[in-house]
Amino acid sequence: MSKHSSTQNASRTNGSTVTETSATNVPAVDPRLLVRERGFAGYLAEFKGKLRSGDLGSVPVVLGLILIAAIFQGLTGNFLNAGNLSNIALYIAGPGLISVGIVFVLLLGEIDLSLGSVAGVSAAISAVLSIQHGVNEYLAIVIAIVAALAIGALHGFFFAKIGVPAFVVTLAGMLTWSGLQGYVMGNTGTLNNIPNGVIANLDNYFFDSVAAAYGLAAVSVAGYLAAALLGARSRREAGLPFRPVSEIGLRAGLLAVLAFGAAYVLNQDRGLPLALVVLLGVVIVTDFVLRRTTYGRKVFAVGGGVEAARRAGINVARLRISVYMISAGLASVGGLFMASQAGFADKQTGSGFVLMNAIAAAVIGGTSLFGGRGKTWSALLGALVIQSIITGLDLEGISQSIQYMITGAVLLGAVVLDSVSRRTQKSAGRG
Amino acid sequence: MVHTDAPILALRSVSKRFGAVQVLTGVDLEVRAGQVVALVGDNGAGKSTLVKTIAGVHPIDEGTIEWAGKPVHLTRPQDAQALGIATVYQDLALCDNLDVVANLFLGRELVRGGRLDEVAMEKRAKELLDTLSIRIPSVRIPVAALSGGQRQVVAIARALVGDPKIVILDEPTAALGVEQTAQVLDLVERLRERGLGVILISHNMADVRAVADEVAVLRLGRNNGVFPVATTTHETIISAITGATDNAVTRRQARVAGANQ
Repeated sequence: MSKHSSTQNASRTNGSTVTETSATNVPAVDPRLLVRERGFAGYLAEFKGKLRSGDLGSVPVVLGLILIAAIFQGLTGNFLNAGNLSNIALYIAGPGLISVGIVFVLLLGEIDLSLGSVAGVSAAISAVLSIQHGVNEYLAIVIAIVAALAIGALHGFFFAKIGVPAFVVTLAGMLTWSGLQGYVMGNTGTLNNIPNGVIANLDNYFFDSVAAAYGLAAVSVAGYLAAALLGARSRREAGLPFRPVSEIGLRAGLLAVLAFGAAYVLNQDRGLPLALVVLLGVVIVTDFVLRRTTYGRKVFAVGGGVEAARRAGINVARLRISVYMISAGLASVGGLFMASQAGFADKQTGSGFVLMNAIAAAVIGGTSLFGGRGKTWSALLGALVIQSIITGLDLEGISQSIQYMITGAVLLGAVVLDSVSRRTQKSAGRG
Repeated sequence: MVHTDAPILALRSVSKRFGAVQVLTGVDLEVRAGQVVALVGDNGAGKSTLVKTIAGVHPIDEGTIEWAGKPVHLTRPQDAQALGIATVYQDLALCDNLDVVANLFLGRELVRGGRLDEVAMEKRAKELLDTLSIRIPSVRIPVAALSGGQRQVVAIARALVGDPKIVILDEPTAALGVEQTAQVLDLVERLRERGLGVILISHNMADVRAVADEVAVLRLGRNNGVFPVATTTHETIISAITGATDNAVTRRQARVAGANQ
């Protein structure tokens, strides 16, 4: 505007100054650039902007969790008891691990319907080997996981190399491996876990020293703080925008409240459960792999555009096979935890709504069904939501049929949120 | 035109078939360092297919591709990338969900201690975009949030990340405005000054004449002449593209010339 008027003025008075005036008026930096304000105000502004443009992240699921906890505490009066919360932490291990695998597959924009059966067949293999054939339990577990990896590789092969839609491959897998599970179990109805064996301890073992839970909380907060501060420093030294210390402090503070709060509650009951440690460890490691390694970058790239990824030199087929191996491997570990939880392995382990709940957990946690967006933390958050609903309704004595309907409604709500936020992101130019 | 005589990249009677369709028949092409070769031809002449054979997307059926005088087999995009052939496709092939930095370094991420070196990548991305005078809102927003022109320059910048020797640009100015077209042409000249060989596919004769040293014409999947731009008339190139001196374009020009007289 000013450029325009000055040009007009100049041309009216003295034509020779026109070019000079307009040249100096061009700003060195494009005024449309998104320059973030320094400091905490800038952080808040950016956060609000993200919410407005539909980049909701984990906000809905965290709000949902708080709401669920508040409702059930109000209804039952004992939802927030240490014992109940500790049980929820135990219950989410198996489904949560399967759900982490689902997140990998969803990031590719694909689906894996076989993971419930894979979990079941793994539990069956390790149980039959260790209980009926006297194989060392660790060895039996390793064999079960290797079998699952092979199954995943087979799914990946048919999908990535032969070109059969993943939906069909894994649907066939769901039937096949469920059949194999029954075949492996043979005439045995149920195989009870070896008392105090490895499988049994997956669920039963608690680090009962008070220091364990607090120690883990302290290590997590210190680790986060160190990583964030070092990251901010190296970005500042490189002359790049960095997170202000105030923002890092706020995040570390929130994490500390959460971690030490959880540690306190767990210590009120039986202590820090091994199952929770495994789940958290898997989530943290997979999150690192997805966000900080070339492998993870490839997964996101294939989820965002297969052709673009292929042209960038990514071996799409190999990547797809590896992702199906990861999902099957994690489902196998999840199956072992579910057998541990139940106290036995049988022909029903991993059947029914296990798979559906795992997919629902990933989606409720904020991983997109459309590929390319999500994180493994969403598996943990989503599993927490579903388990909280189930446990709360159990406490209220509400029948399973009602539970299914409510879980279904929550899943639909999460997908609606995903679709709507995608649309908002599109219109805000971020989708 | 600071090019040496030995071509970096040479195609010798390359043929390619898709099922029953013979897309390329005995095509030759040479590109030297510091040379801009415009590849022109009508729709369906085989320009895109030729480019994809060089980029390793479609392996050739017959003929040889020579790199620095030695025959090479390009069966995968990685093979071409490893040699130093970078391609910017018309559809850009960017991952919408990844940010600008991630797209620039896709497939050749900088790694330190087993993890992505985001700081180094972001720094290099900014330097690269600055030297090319490319302005985008932020290097950390998803590519989906950029305009068409911004996506084009990001795609070209991405081709330069791996320090290639040959850059293939497929219709780089087709979707651009006046100023951005000029920027892209400047960019092409800067690539030549750096001693890179450039293959430029374009329908826009003004662009071709502005930056190209040579024009290689494809017609119906065959070579139809290679012309030095400086000494060749517009009409010669057009007639090579259309395959005749008597065609709709020349008839119209004659008619317009006649009307003007």
